[in-house]
Amino acid sequence: MASLDAPQIVSSRSKFADSFTLSRYLETGGYEGLRKALTMFPEQVAAEVDAASLLGRGGAGFPAGRKWSMLRKAPVSYLVVNGDESEPATFKDHYLVERDPHQLVEGVIIAAYALQVTQAFIYLRGEFALGLERVQQAINEAYEHGALGRKIFGSSFSLDLVVHPGAGAYICGEETALIEALEGKRGFPRIKPPFFPAVTGLYGEPTVVNNVETMSNMPWIVLHGGAAFAALGAGRSAGTRLFALSGRVRNPGVFEIEMVKNTFRDLIYDPQLGGGVIDDRAIKAIIPGGVSAPWFGPELLDVPLGQDEVAEKGSMLGSGSIVVMDETTCVVRATWRIIKFFSRESCGQCTPCREGSGWLERILYRIENGGGRIEDVDLLLDLCDNIAPGLTWPPQQTTICVLGPSMPSSINAAISMFRDDFYAHVQHGGCPHD
Amino acid sequence: MTHFRTDLRQRAEELVSLYPRARSAMLPLLHLAQEQDGYLSDEAMAEVAELTGTTPAEVRGTAAFYDMFHLEPVGKYVVGVCTNIACLLAGGEDLLAHASATLGCSVGGTSPDGLFTLEETECLADCNIAPVVQVNHRYVRTTTPETFDALVDDLRNGRLDHDVPPHGTLIRIRRSGGLRVERDELAAERAEARAAREARAAAEAK
Repeated sequence: MASLDAPQIVSSRSKFADSFTLSRYLETGGYEGLRKALTMFPEQVAAEVDAASLLGRGGAGFPAGRKWSMLRKAPVSYLVVNGDESEPATFKDHYLVERDPHQLVEGVIIAAYALQVTQAFIYLRGEFALGLERVQQAINEAYEHGALGRKIFGSSFSLDLVVHPGAGAYICGEETALIEALEGKRGFPRIKPPFFPAVTGLYGEPTVVNNVETMSNMPWIVLHGGAAFAALGAGRSAGTRLFALSGRVRNPGVFEIEMVKNTFRDLIYDPQLGGGVIDDRAIKAIIPGGVSAPWFGPELLDVPLGQDEVAEKGSMLGSGSIVVMDETTCVVRATWRIIKFFSRESCGQCTPCREGSGWLERILYRIENGGGRIEDVDLLLDLCDNIAPGLTWPPQQTTICVLGPSMPSSINAAISMFRDDFYAHVQHGGCPHD
Repeated sequence: MTHFRTDLRQRAEELVSLYPRARSAMLPLLHLAQEQDGYLSDEAMAEVAELTGTTPAEVRGTAAFYDMFHLEPVGKYVVGVCTNIACLLAGGEDLLAHASATLGCSVGGTSPDGLFTLEETECLADCNIAPVVQVNHRYVRTTTPETFDALVDDLRNGRLDHDVPPHGTLIRIRRSGGLRVERDELAAERAEARAAREARAAAEAK
């Protein structure tokens, strides 16, 4: 049975048709968190976030409080919010920016106050045209309301907030590529070290980059205290989280549930959540955390939805998106489509990724479409080994960023779990599912 | 004489003023140029170069990196059909093939009447309504061949003009408000706040 008693921390307003308006936001406790934060010292606000043990909700799962505290020695110049959400089948930030833009804006102001930053940017995917309009509207209203601009709510704190549109590039979700795009350049990830924009970020200055969902949690954490947030979930996975469920389920959508207290099975089958597999078919495999994550077979459905719990089984909770593939799914086609995505989105800086992604895509295409050879299956793994040596999890890196080394996850998983399906394609001279 | 219309030139200058460095306005300005012309013309890119303190080659080189920018003219409506993993599992490929037949153009091409350009997109982050279709970056609920044909009919006859602006229009809400303060004044305030915080930390350490 799914555990659904936890409070709705970031999705409570989405049941209202006008959830994105200032009037609805103010009626439902909006900007109270900011008012409270402004009565506290900035370091006290930061301490609450630290106490909440909030893991960043972008995908890497780095503790948000620690990301901030690494910077306390040097003043932070800029706060940048990463709303470039482009990991396939991830759609929870999209949900937040369209349905509760004020919550995001309030979260950004609170974080900026804690970090004592006077200039912040929200970088949103260009394809989110409605989201861009809703966030711009919310920013306009926040200025009008006195929550942004000069001397916020009569305090001594001032902040300017700009929403910045992307223009279609998955790689800009990588935080150093995002900063390049914000500087008006091609979205090329920067060479590491330095590993964190905290050291060298926007215009070479210390910058904090946080995800949309991470920011959206701030008002609640300040109002209720970090301890109340940390009391939810278990272990390192505190609080609730938005899970985006898609694929062959009856009721795909975004669900906010308590971390660790629920399993993949709960999320997929509970009538109030996923509602089960379409036509009650059997599950063939699931992708547990975005297409960069190794797949799980049906025997792992009882793994709890927690960061460490999923990592222990050799995958990751990543961006919180779960894709269900049922027994009718062709895993060769699914793998091919995922690799086609990476091939298209590779920025082209590093040879293993730029060349490797195209080779992998072409080999998978010919297996799916009748031109495959038996030895292609091991050739795929050999190529993957060149991109991420040893095919370990987490992957070894031969490239500037993790895009390239994310490709072997699905190929290695698909071949390990369904090698015979690949052979069947070769022997059948094409896809047996067609 | 600028290539940008007078009102858009004014918006362009406002956009530049939002950022500590002019080049940061590159992507917003390219969206604005596309809003005026439907695609990025050489003249527009030259003006963006002037506004951002870069060269036309740098502007083109940047624009070419991003999928949403078109360096050649496109139809009034750019129709995107997603076939990435969640949409693949929901029949996205079949819908794309149907769209191609209905519009009379191949993927990447433009319909004979010049009204529609068809694109196969990567994940558009709306996977609960898969397969996902966008027209000029507005999500439309069309998941079957029949509803797709109805959509095309509505677009052709201008019934969706309110919901779907012409290609290139990214955002119809203009920024109002903003922080009009000298940066030095802000820096002095932050330095004061920082000194106060250090004093608190020192007092606590004692």
